[in-house]
Amino acid sequence: MTGDIVQMGAYIGAGLACTGMGGAAAGVGHLVGNFISAAPRNPSAAGGQTATMFIGIAFAEALGIFSFLVALLLMFAV
Amino acid sequence: MATETHGEAEAGLVFHPMDQFQVTPLFGAGPVEWFTITNATLWMGLSILVIFIILVLGARGRALVPTRSQSIAELAYGFIYKMVEDVTGKDGVAYFPYIMTLFMFIVVANFLGLLPMAFTTTSHIAVTAVMAMAVFLAVTVLGFVKNGFGFLSVFWISSAPLVLRPILALIEVISYFVRPVSHSIRLAGNMMAGHAVIKVFAAFAPLVLISTGIGLVVTPLSILAITAIYALEVLVSFIQAYVFAILTCVYLRDALHPHH
Repeated sequence: MTGDIVQMGAYIGAGLACTGMGGAAAGVGHLVGNFISAAPRNPSAAGGQTATMFIGIAFAEALGIFSFLVALLLMFAV
Repeated sequence: MATETHGEAEAGLVFHPMDQFQVTPLFGAGPVEWFTITNATLWMGLSILVIFIILVLGARGRALVPTRSQSIAELAYGFIYKMVEDVTGKDGVAYFPYIMTLFMFIVVANFLGLLPMAFTTTSHIAVTAVMAMAVFLAVTVLGFVKNGFGFLSVFWISSAPLVLRPILALIEVISYFVRPVSHSIRLAGNMMAGHAVIKVFAAFAPLVLISTGIGLVVTPLSILAITAIYALEVLVSFIQAYVFAILTCVYLRDALHPHH
């Protein structure tokens, strides 16, 4: 095996950073689940709120993407 | 990196998923200055060309009953116009050209980046940070111009208990300044992450050429994975452009009507 301890630390850090994406997935699933359970109760009002849902999904997903970005940077840019 | 040798002279899976994001000069090799024509310049120019073809050339006929290409231009225009009107209200429609420019540039740049061997300009934080900074500065200046110092009431949540308001004001100020950071990193991170994942799966695709045994299992799976992630990336490209535009509208609404 080759490589120095800096690379090892970077790879371990990249693996640890990937755990952040679990939180993002949970958040997005929670949002969409709430929307799906509420939308059929009031179908005519549901159409207008899909935009709000997408904004919420973007906010929740953004933080997961940040953690994935950290993982990528540690893997390939350190 | 992830090199595997199967007792052969050349290494097996050497892949660099981040190489696709490198900005290289188009003509001649040299240092990249601020005036160098790079692949980023080329693809941004192509984005503008595609927007021109869709919107200007598409709606050239100005027929009352639209042709197909005019219909596409009208659909894009109407979609964003309705969004701006819904979110910012009647007086926010004056800023519709800016929102339309942002949305069209981001969606076309994202889609063009999906072509094979293409360069995604919006995956660079330099590009998205400039757009987010422009939005932040424009919205702040507009807020002060339209409301004077009453714009600062956007930080004072009058629906909260009086004891909490100073702490909430501090939190609101911090989150106001974090807005351009999250606005830019959301788009750049989504684009970079999606394309890097496609490249990672693509690195496993030629495995059947190296070691036929396990390659016959891995190669079809990786091609399926690339197709699935590609479909997701098409959806994400559109959604991220829409989210950038709608968040700009939300910040604009906060600037025009700061009273919660």
